Amino acid sequence: MSRLSIATKSAAQTTVEHLYKDLERRIVASPPGLCPVDMASAFLKLCHAQTCGKCVPCRVGLGQLSQMLESVLDGEATLETIDLIERTARVIADTADCAIGFSAANMVLKGVRGFRDDYEEHIRHGKCLASLEQPVPCVALCPAGVDIPGYIALVHEGRFADAVRLIRKDNPFPTACALVCEHPCEARCRRNMIDSSVNIRGMKLAAVDNAGEVPAPERMPSTGKRIAIIGGGPSGLSAAYYLQLMGHQTTVFEMHKHLGGMLYYGIPSYRLPRERLDSDINAILSTGVEVRLNSPVGEGEGKISINDLRDQYDAVYISIGAHTDKKVGLPGEDAKGVISAVEMLGTLADGGTIDLKDKRVCVIGGGNVAMDVTRSAIRLGAKTVYTVYRRRQVDMTALVEEVRSAIAEGAEILELHAPVRIETDENNHVTALIAQPKLIGKYGRDGRPAPADSELPEKRIPCDVVIVAIGQGIETHYFEERGIPIKRGVIAAADWSAVENAPGVFAGGDCVTGPATAIRAIAAGKVAAANIDNYLGYNHVIETKIDIPAPKIKDDPACGRINVKERPASERRCDFDAVECKLTPEEICQESGRCLRCDHFGYGIFKGGRETKW
Amino acid sequence: MVNIKINDREVHVKEGTTILRAAEQAHMPIPHLCYLKDINEIGACRVCVVEIKGVNKLVPACNNVVQEGMEIYTNSPRVREARRTNVELILSQHDCLCATCVRSGNCSLQKIANDLGIITTEYARNVPANSWPQDYPLIRDASKCIKCMRCIQICEKVQGVNIWDVAKTGSRTTVGVSHNRRITESDCALCGQCITHCPVGALRERDDTAKLLALNGAFADPNKVTVVQVAPAVRTAWGEELGLTREEATPQRLVAALKALGFDYVFDTDFGADLTIMEEGSEFLERLKHRDQYAFPMFTSCCPGWMRYLKGHHPEMVGQLSTAKSPHQMQGAITKTYFAEKMGIDPDKIYNISIMPCVAKKAEADIPNINDAGHGKDVDLVLTTREIVRMIRADHLDVKNLPEQEFDSPLGTGTGAGVIFGATGGVMEAALRTCYYLITGKNPYPDAFYMVRGLDGWKEACIDIAGTTVRVAVVSGLGNTEKLIRALKRGEVAYDFVEVMACPGGCVGGGGQPIHDGEELAGTRGDNLYFLDRGSELRFSHENPDILDLYKNYLDAPLSHRAHELLHTDHTGWKMPGEVK
Repeated sequence: MSRLSIATKSAAQTTVEHLYKDLERRIVASPPGLCPVDMASAFLKLCHAQTCGKCVPCRVGLGQLSQMLESVLDGEATLETIDLIERTARVIADTADCAIGFSAANMVLKGVRGFRDDYEEHIRHGKCLASLEQPVPCVALCPAGVDIPGYIALVHEGRFADAVRLIRKDNPFPTACALVCEHPCEARCRRNMIDSSVNIRGMKLAAVDNAGEVPAPERMPSTGKRIAIIGGGPSGLSAAYYLQLMGHQTTVFEMHKHLGGMLYYGIPSYRLPRERLDSDINAILSTGVEVRLNSPVGEGEGKISINDLRDQYDAVYISIGAHTDKKVGLPGEDAKGVISAVEMLGTLADGGTIDLKDKRVCVIGGGNVAMDVTRSAIRLGAKTVYTVYRRRQVDMTALVEEVRSAIAEGAEILELHAPVRIETDENNHVTALIAQPKLIGKYGRDGRPAPADSELPEKRIPCDVVIVAIGQGIETHYFEERGIPIKRGVIAAADWSAVENAPGVFAGGDCVTGPATAIRAIAAGKVAAANIDNYLGYNHVIETKIDIPAPKIKDDPACGRINVKERPASERRCDFDAVECKLTPEEICQESGRCLRCDHFGYGIFKGGRETKW
Repeated sequence: MVNIKINDREVHVKEGTTILRAAEQAHMPIPHLCYLKDINEIGACRVCVVEIKGVNKLVPACNNVVQEGMEIYTNSPRVREARRTNVELILSQHDCLCATCVRSGNCSLQKIANDLGIITTEYARNVPANSWPQDYPLIRDASKCIKCMRCIQICEKVQGVNIWDVAKTGSRTTVGVSHNRRITESDCALCGQCITHCPVGALRERDDTAKLLALNGAFADPNKVTVVQVAPAVRTAWGEELGLTREEATPQRLVAALKALGFDYVFDTDFGADLTIMEEGSEFLERLKHRDQYAFPMFTSCCPGWMRYLKGHHPEMVGQLSTAKSPHQMQGAITKTYFAEKMGIDPDKIYNISIMPCVAKKAEADIPNINDAGHGKDVDLVLTTREIVRMIRADHLDVKNLPEQEFDSPLGTGTGAGVIFGATGGVMEAALRTCYYLITGKNPYPDAFYMVRGLDGWKEACIDIAGTTVRVAVVSGLGNTEKLIRALKRGEVAYDFVEVMACPGGCVGGGGQPIHDGEELAGTRGDNLYFLDRGSELRFSHENPDILDLYKNYLDAPLSHRAHELLHTDHTGWKMPGEVK
């Protein structure tokens, strides 16, 4: 016998490790709409299998919980069972010796409190409140409900123009979304169960890159109804597009000199080249939208009042977005050299420039906008760019790939530093950003670890320019004065876009949700169009008659996901040209072939697989 | 054309053909269970899987189309194993109490299991418990349901009523009443199409035969005179499960069988149908005469599934229904009055039984305000075609060799016009024949209104009767009905008179008819009715001599006070679940 030996994994352990990975991916691909009690019961079973068996609460208690949850699911429990479940879980949470027990019990407690009505429905009626309304995960998670398996199948066949037509049924910004959509659709892609999600955004990019110019569909006969749309961003233009197709006449009042809203003014051209955005906008305008640029709605000279619009039009859609910048509230924030992200990106969008050549720049913020200004500053020739963020890099709300690209282009992410003041010289010009180092700490109610002050001394980051990118607000004051209800800083509109107590007025997009994604704004425009149409007494149907290719009979072995490549960082950091490269035909063919066609296989063929009209 | 190989044999089929269909065309049929053409092609049971060369997974044949060069194996070792295993898995959740199942001998699961020779299985039984109100006309047995989802699909896609839906999730996924309702609080039309499209015995009508057959039943009661009437559509289908050819299964042989079962009088609902035409036709002409006082179109009222649907979905249109009762309810009321009086029978002793192709009639006979004869229920019991077939089988009647017998008189005389009530368009055609006579005083050519015949779900015609243009439409199937109502509401169509039958093809395709999995027999059975019509001496309701006697001696005239009392009803006098009172 040797005194020590090197531990090696047994074959069984290696296999189990693989199974853990399989399970992790499987949980990622969990479709929305499952019974939460059933899920809780299944998790509990896994937790119980992990117990070492030493302590009573974990060894026995988790088993008892498991049985009680099953009795709820089988309709054999009473309302008192819920109390017993809660008591047992509470005691396990309080008395288990290690995390295997108490974290399992906490999961149960979270569920009993979070979906108690599901428990009660099972007990009272032997039924479940959950139902799989849209079983195709990507479609269910796309706010606009775009027929994703449909267009991927069309892309696979090389029918790119048809793919664009199909996307436009639900989203008139296929190009913009192909480039900048945050792709919530990919989150629960069933392909995760095999390897990883399909590159859905990439497949949309393949469609728009190869489709050529695709004309908008024919308009329905004119209704003579007129609709005013305040704000020509993704939400306003989406509403305009569908309302035009339905035969109504829309007029878009845009306060800037260019349409596109935040797609134009908030997203740098290296991510969304102007001519690409214009291709979407031109298709939308081809339906006959009237546009009034430089036409702010408000009080005063050169402005149009909302009440006039309400008088002159049959309906009004407010989609003003979120264009005001938030202040950090730091001493020195009014110094020369401090600019807001909205101001910087807006200036660049309108063809202006900001002189950052050889300057030292600090960016405050950790979201996508912070990354946009960081990467723009690099392109404007800044000597150094520090992105200062009070939490850790992994806690940033920006997309991981944005952060990764920014770093590759030369950004320094200064994580765990909270700006405390801006240091200025005698001319009130920025000389440095002073930041307090932080210690990442306990999780807060928002489910994210909160930063606390560390014992380290303040850090001075010498700089010439500070760019503040901590979020945008909404210009609500004017509307509030004119009787449009405002709640928590946003316009209060129903989930069907109508504004309470203001007949004929609808609102949607960032001005209702607060700053959010383009696809959510587009979805809001689609919802508004449908409900404005009904409000006007119509029920026009938007549909496409594109036949979707039948799925191929094939096996689906695990196969790596093809990502869209970017130009080399050293090259792209020098200009504002598009960062992303086109996918090659073989890449398009392989990646589109990875789609599992959940519209056909599984529940999709039975229910809800495809909405051909709305 | 696509060139493929099935079991190493070269086969050429049209592009877009499913593997299932291609194999069937090549005479190598593939067993299947959940598949229902055009309605349920969801590949849920995985019984029809086949092996395709070059593809590792087994592929369901029902919803995948052939591709050029495909080499398919329908009975490879892997296919055999998979088919048998999947059937065994289905059986593990099925109660398999075949001896006490109405579908035994006509069950697709039983047949597949038998064909596969499954006599033992290694799986533990895990049969869900059943809970269902047993007095409801439609019975669902959860312990027999195989979750093929056909009932959900037929109710949604064909009938548009959406009574069934998937309930629960995960391993407990099952079929339940939609929106977490109970069936008794649902707006189920009771059309019974879910029953006739169920591959197993999970859905059936409430069996009411014991009310006749039990020792305390009507047959055993010396104080009861049992009077049975037979709906037109029943005669087209009753022989199907008794091994009779269509030539052997005559109405007269059915009369003989019913007599053999012990019914005292055997009448023909054709009589009630002719009576309906007299009342409904006259009512229509009356409404036409006073056009401004009525909303149009007038709808027929002989289908209780349709009435339940209209009350549940468009209660504001109930006033447009003809007030005429359905034929069997008219006949029930006349039996307990006119017939009883004529024969000198105490009407309280009469026990009226209707044999109907229909489940909704069971509910109709229970409507409280439908009874006008004043002697209990006008129709005491409704049995479906399937129930009467079971009674014949229970008595081991050798029907094939029973000598034919005529219907009893006076309520046994029917015309060809009454016979075609059982097919979609038949009520309209019969009504038009008599309306033409009532307007012009002359009979039309009996087949003059052929354009309302046929299986199209929505037919229409403009008919000129002596200068009066009558716009008529005929729909069958509630999905088609909803389309017509929506078009009416949108002003896209306008009619004077509309016939509605809840079941596709009319009563011949009714939810109480014999079941043939995968076959739609409404067309064949309907042809049989038109054949009987053509062969009838009398083809006009207004020429039925017993009807003429009835009016002369008892009712006076159509729409008379007495006729109103007995033959018409207030459709607002009862409520559907959820209908606003």
